[in-house]
Amino acid sequence: MSLRSYIIARILLTIPMIMLLLTFVFLIIRVLPGDPASLHFEKNASPATLLAFKRELGLDKPLLIQYFDYLAGLVRGDFGKSMQDFSPVSQQIFSAFPATLELAIASTIIMVVLGILLGATAARSYNTAEDHSIRIFGTVSYAIPVFFLGEVLIMIFGIYLRWLPAGGRMYPGISPAGLLIGGQRYATGLYVLDSLLEGDMYKLYLSIRYLILPSLALGLVLCGIFIRLTRSNMLETLQLDFVTAARARGLKERTVVYGYALRNAFLPILTMMGLQFAALLAGAILTETTFSWPGLGRYLVDRISFRDYTAIQGVVVFFGLLVTAVSFVVDILYAYLDPRIRL
Amino acid sequence: MSLLDIQSLIVEYHTLKANVRAVDRVSLSMEKGHTLGLVGESGCGKSTFGLSTLRLVPPPGRIVGGHITLDGTDIVNCSDEEIRKIRGKRIGYIFQDPMTSLNPVKRIGAHFVEMIRTHEPEVSERDALKRGREVLERLGILPERIDDFPHQFSGGMRQRVMIGLALALGPDLLIADEPTTSLDVIVEAQIIELLKELKESLKLTLILITHNIGIVAETADRVAVMYAGRLAELGQTDDLFEKPMHPYTQALLDSVPNITKKGQVLSWIPGAPPDLAEPPPGCLYHPRCPHAFDRCKKEEPSLTKHNGTYVACHLCDKR
Amino acid sequence: MSDDQTRGRMLVPLMQRIISLEQSGLAGWAVLSGTAIVVVLAIMTIFSPLISPHNPIAINVGPILSPPSYQFPLGTNHLGQDMLSRVISGGAIMFQVSVISVIVCLIIGVPIGLFASFAGGYADKLASLVMDSIYAFPGLVLAIAIAAMLGPGVINMAISIAVVYVPSYFRIIRSQVLTIKELPYVEAARMMGANGRTTLFRYVLPNVVPSIVAVATINFADAILTAAGLTFVGLGLPVSTPDWGWDLTYGRRLLTSGTWWVIAFPGLMVVLLALGFTLIGEGLSELYNPRLQR
Repeated sequence: MSLRSYIIARILLTIPMIMLLLTFVFLIIRVLPGDPASLHFEKNASPATLLAFKRELGLDKPLLIQYFDYLAGLVRGDFGKSMQDFSPVSQQIFSAFPATLELAIASTIIMVVLGILLGATAARSYNTAEDHSIRIFGTVSYAIPVFFLGEVLIMIFGIYLRWLPAGGRMYPGISPAGLLIGGQRYATGLYVLDSLLEGDMYKLYLSIRYLILPSLALGLVLCGIFIRLTRSNMLETLQLDFVTAARARGLKERTVVYGYALRNAFLPILTMMGLQFAALLAGAILTETTFSWPGLGRYLVDRISFRDYTAIQGVVVFFGLLVTAVSFVVDILYAYLDPRIRL
Repeated sequence: MSLLDIQSLIVEYHTLKANVRAVDRVSLSMEKGHTLGLVGESGCGKSTFGLSTLRLVPPPGRIVGGHITLDGTDIVNCSDEEIRKIRGKRIGYIFQDPMTSLNPVKRIGAHFVEMIRTHEPEVSERDALKRGREVLERLGILPERIDDFPHQFSGGMRQRVMIGLALALGPDLLIADEPTTSLDVIVEAQIIELLKELKESLKLTLILITHNIGIVAETADRVAVMYAGRLAELGQTDDLFEKPMHPYTQALLDSVPNITKKGQVLSWIPGAPPDLAEPPPGCLYHPRCPHAFDRCKKEEPSLTKHNGTYVACHLCDKR
Repeated sequence: MSDDQTRGRMLVPLMQRIISLEQSGLAGWAVLSGTAIVVVLAIMTIFSPLISPHNPIAINVGPILSPPSYQFPLGTNHLGQDMLSRVISGGAIMFQVSVISVIVCLIIGVPIGLFASFAGGYADKLASLVMDSIYAFPGLVLAIAIAAMLGPGVINMAISIAVVYVPSYFRIIRSQVLTIKELPYVEAARMMGANGRTTLFRYVLPNVVPSIVAVATINFADAILTAAGLTFVGLGLPVSTPDWGWDLTYGRRLLTSGTWWVIAFPGLMVVLLALGFTLIGEGLSELYNPRLQR
């Protein structure tokens, strides 16, 4: 099957999934016991207020119409209006998203690098104390709630040792501004990148300082599965005939391990990264709350405390679409890289 | 002076459940230019034996005793770097399954380049490829195919490529571990012919490991028969085939179907090889041996010379 | 062969594998230690009214925010509550939520998985599509959405978690059923006249059980962590119930005061409980599907 037909087939499969996803969220928010509007006010509003409120948000229309409005809105990029001030949720989403993205990227780097390094070490020293302790570490780290680990890290590094900030994303008043092109500043919203683009080393230093603890917390908690994956992959590959044959030809151990064994582990790791993305986002919600990191996760938690159900709906939909998009890209990438499909 | 000298080699696999002795005090020596056929059933330890000459016994296997000397170099105790240099350059190894022994994502040329440049870093990539092409041509493969991937070759061609890789650096010793087991009969014959021809022209010392006695008969000068990790018989090919002394060797030869004898019932050896985790006392073959007597059950026979052949059997000692 | 005999024949190898510990090595130890942890914590929680030195929700039993001492071995929190008592009793919610969510998952996920994948065709495709859509969500996000709409409470939390987890059961069961369906002995059974339902229950189901058990134990662990997460996000239970998750949540505001004992001990308990279940789950999967043959 050629790559193109694979992509088309995949798209055809994804569309109904997205539809189901959107419908599902809609059902949860609108259909579950409790009308979102009255729940928002906790029965403290006069019928008149309630009616006006509903009208403003389009919640007074028949359910089916609401459904189509919802879908049509999403196509336009409209994620609804916040119950708190009727501002477009999409605006909030897009302004908070870069922070989450930066956290996700940093955590992914830590997660994958740690996972591969530890996994490879465990594989090479098979059945030794080193191997066992790494495996134990991998299992235990998953059982730690990420916010607990975050709190512990804050206590140790932020409060007791005072090496790193205890929360937040940046020193108040400073904002990386991004690239200067023809008198206009273009920022990505990713502070580390923007500091680099601006060429300001101090801002870069600060951005990284604030980023370390939250991404470490999230990366540590999720790296366990990568340790296991790398380890088992390498053990399998190292046993394979062509590895022994390579050794029989006198190739250096380093070439054998990294060139042959690790190369084969790469593809499953890539897939796993895609699969873990959902877990990454979920963990990001908790991490952002713990570290007061101004991302989409913290926005969601805020909205919960305000009982802002339309905003919650918007964010949940966004998360779902994001994960679907990432899975799609990973699938295509995998199909592209796997020589069995290519050759 | 022998090229390869193996003294009392012991290789064990240490698992959580038991220690299995895959090779038990096997001694052997190879003169330059000679060919040895090593035969035995699956699991008798012949592959482990072959791999140990390169110190490539897979964990949890380990060489726990004995000596292996290649032209003066101590293989068991030399450093990792030294053994790495020997592999490929002084000893060539051909594996059983060419399909899984070649890296599926690397071109054949890359295999050659990688190997040649590891051992002779001064050689440029272009020259390495040139040498690779020469090797392929010598083996009857079109030199342009050096740019192909392993899966683009047929089984027989792949095995030729493996032979080519094993011989590319001009080793003195070639070990072929079941080189034809995964090939069909016709291709097998071709590969054996090829090996014989290479042996002649390159003056190779060859150890041919197989469970197929037939191919050993036409290629080897001497034959060693292994059973359950121990040497049962070791002698000149002609002697062994004409007058096999060990009951196991006799049974092996009997079990080869012979189409010239009409009405012959296929014979086989009853029973199964022993569980090496809990080996029987005395001679390991005695549970299946039709001639076993009391001594066989208690005392392990030692390898003794009878008329130029070494046999480990109490029966022969009696005679 | 009677049904009992068939079942017996299937169960014996299952049991044998668990019982021969020396042979199971690392995986066996994992299951054993995991079970030990879970059992100890369960007993502790069940008997907490009897063994906790103070009433866990009584305030001002001791000075506010006092560090671990002889009188209060795990210290006290900002309300003067004894941390030791809170730690002993705090697992109740976690256990309840995880048990209920696992039961719900089993009741819903297993039948759907079995019937849809066994029947094949459109039922299978439809079920897979729905399950994949749910699976696409980050677990916590969906649980948050559902819990936000349902309101606080043990059952609601359990339902939110269950909905998120059903697809995992479905997937595992489906992949197992699809493999087993094609196996020769199942075909043979059909040829001997076994109808669909018999084949499903007598042949397919016993082989799927090990995987279900493995998923269920991991489900327990995830349920605990998700329940803690939901509490942390504000969708937990009313303040009065002692709950490790709640202690962890409120403790965040106390971080700067250096009162580490308020979160350290509850946190450790959550880790222990989740770890216990994870060990069982991992050990079991290793026992039933040994990955490395050595």
